[in-house]
Amino acid sequence: MSRVVVVGAGPAGMAAARAAAQAGTDVLLIDSGARLGGQYHRQDTRAGTERFTLPARVEHLAESVVWALEPVAGGHRVHVRTGPADGPGRSGRSIDTPALVLATGAFDRALPFPGWDLPGVFTAGAAQALAKGQGVRVGERVLLAGTGPFLLPVARSLLDVGAEVAGVLEAGDPVTGWLARPGGGLSAGIGKLGELAGYASVLARQRVPYRRRTTVIEAHGTDRVESVTTARLRPDWTVVPGSARRVEVDAVCVGFGFTPQLELAVAARCALADGFVTVDAAQATSVPGVFAAGELTGIGGAELSAAEGEIAGASAARLLGAHPAPPVRALRKARRGRRFAAALDAAYPVRDGWRTWLREDTLVCRCEEVTYGELRGAAREREVCGGRALKLVTRAGLGPCQGRVCGRAVAELTGIPDAAATFARRPIAAPIRLGELAEEPTL
Amino acid sequence: MKVRIDGEETTALEGQTVAGVLLGRGLTSWRTTRGSGRPRGVFCGIGVCFDCLVVVNGVADVRACQRLVRDGDDIRVQHGAELPS
Ligand SMILES: Cc1cc2nc3c(=O)[nH]c(=O)nc-3n(C[C@H](O)[C@H](O)[C@H](O)COP(=O)(O)OP(=O)(O)OC[C@H]3O[C@@H](n4cnc5c(N)ncnc54)[C@H](O)[C@@H]3O)c2cc1C
Ligand code: FES
Repeated sequence: MSRVVVVGAGPAGMAAARAAAQAGTDVLLIDSGARLGGQYHRQDTRAGTERFTLPARVEHLAESVVWALEPVAGGHRVHVRTGPADGPGRSGRSIDTPALVLATGAFDRALPFPGWDLPGVFTAGAAQALAKGQGVRVGERVLLAGTGPFLLPVARSLLDVGAEVAGVLEAGDPVTGWLARPGGGLSAGIGKLGELAGYASVLARQRVPYRRRTTVIEAHGTDRVESVTTARLRPDWTVVPGSARRVEVDAVCVGFGFTPQLELAVAARCALADGFVTVDAAQATSVPGVFAAGELTGIGGAELSAAEGEIAGASAARLLGAHPAPPVRALRKARRGRRFAAALDAAYPVRDGWRTWLREDTLVCRCEEVTYGELRGAAREREVCGGRALKLVTRAGLGPCQGRVCGRAVAELTGIPDAAATFARRPIAAPIRLGELAEEPTL
Repeated sequence: MKVRIDGEETTALEGQTVAGVLLGRGLTSWRTTRGSGRPRGVFCGIGVCFDCLVVVNGVADVRACQRLVRDGDDIRVQHGAELPS
């Protein structure tokens, strides 16, 4: 009767569904995508076949978005719309569950810079998703910029779909960062390091330049990107004077780490710390009956996500009365993975100097077209303090993306202490049409 | 399958997203912003940013990166905030 509900079918959600099913409980696995896999295992939707198989006890609801979550007696009610993205013509359904696993993943963090709103500026994840999922290259000649190891697989995928990669620009100085911590957590991620070394050698063979302490500080063009300005960065990420260079490209992809997709966890009132969902060793959140796994709880790659998912699935099944064997291997992997994640985080920090790349007229909130100057004006001259007031005065974060893209930047630029609490509160977690809302029987 | 893009008929494959079809045809933008009428296309690619909004079969505000095309879809540019007609 009652079953485990898992939201998100990436590495974490699939592992959770499998573990709960293997423990003998029924599972409903919900994902907005047409295929299983999430980001890391993204499948080409043009291919006719599904690559993954799940145990028979798992029902996979594809093309289904969880747009709201509410507490009910004995658990949570999950509101779902199934059908073509953004409707109309989707069907609605609400499911109550005493054991909910949230595995909604993360999205790229982009930093604002002049021209980042021009078509032809993409997130690194967009380039990756379009290459893997659609076989599309985002440009003929593409530059990658940002920080973190994720830039390497994206460069690889761009080469695979026939793009010329003009360079990979790493804003940080990870080599000194890594060497500075001998025997530290990075040695816990040997498998991942091997994967990264593989990408690096492909880039070297294809003569793709890799530059450290360098980034894109401006994109130029009238209606699309025609060129970018790159510059060398100091350790604090301010620009080294005289280092600006113009590079002709038709696309630039930026990624400065990831931001967790928090709204369902926030709707469930799960406690957060440092912008991520807090969990215990069993992946239980602060809210009884709600578990979280994967990049919602910290950024550590697909392997860690899957290990956490397995633990969460077993915990959720146990809550429903099953007796799964303790997931010993997954627990060990998760511990090791978290050490690796912490080391990566330390090796690729985002430094405050990015704020000096902005100009008064640089958009910070892309949706509502709010500039840096307007934000500064509101924060300083009008002494608007607190996230809610700032949003109402400037409209930053009130557009369709609900501050997902700009929230962290707005918070840092204006000194709001808790970006996640201010910008991740989205009672409607995904867009739903008024007509659909009117049909909803339970709200 | 056949779809129309701003009135022009083109072929699309099962499993392509609207964004996949548009980018595949060399387009980079298919929406203008509400405030200053600036062009936008794909930014995040995974349904987060809402930059890629497009009108599909007369319905505005469809994320092109999330919507899979269907035979006969009528896809057109979205200008600012389009109200349901
Ligand atoms: C665009 C992108 C591409 C990436 N590609 C790679 C890569 O190639 N290599 C690599 O090492 N790392 C990649 N990453 C990093 C990636 O985040 C992790 O390695 C891994 O996929 C995280 O697993 P996860 O299970 O936590 O979440 P994800 O894999 O992100 O899965 C989360 C799933 O939840 C679903 N979801 C979220 N909210 C809802 C909702 N409200 N309703 C229904 N479904 C919902 C999403 O559709 C998604 O399928 C990528 C990240 C991004 C953002
Ligand atoms: S490109 Fe961001 S929502 Fe489609």
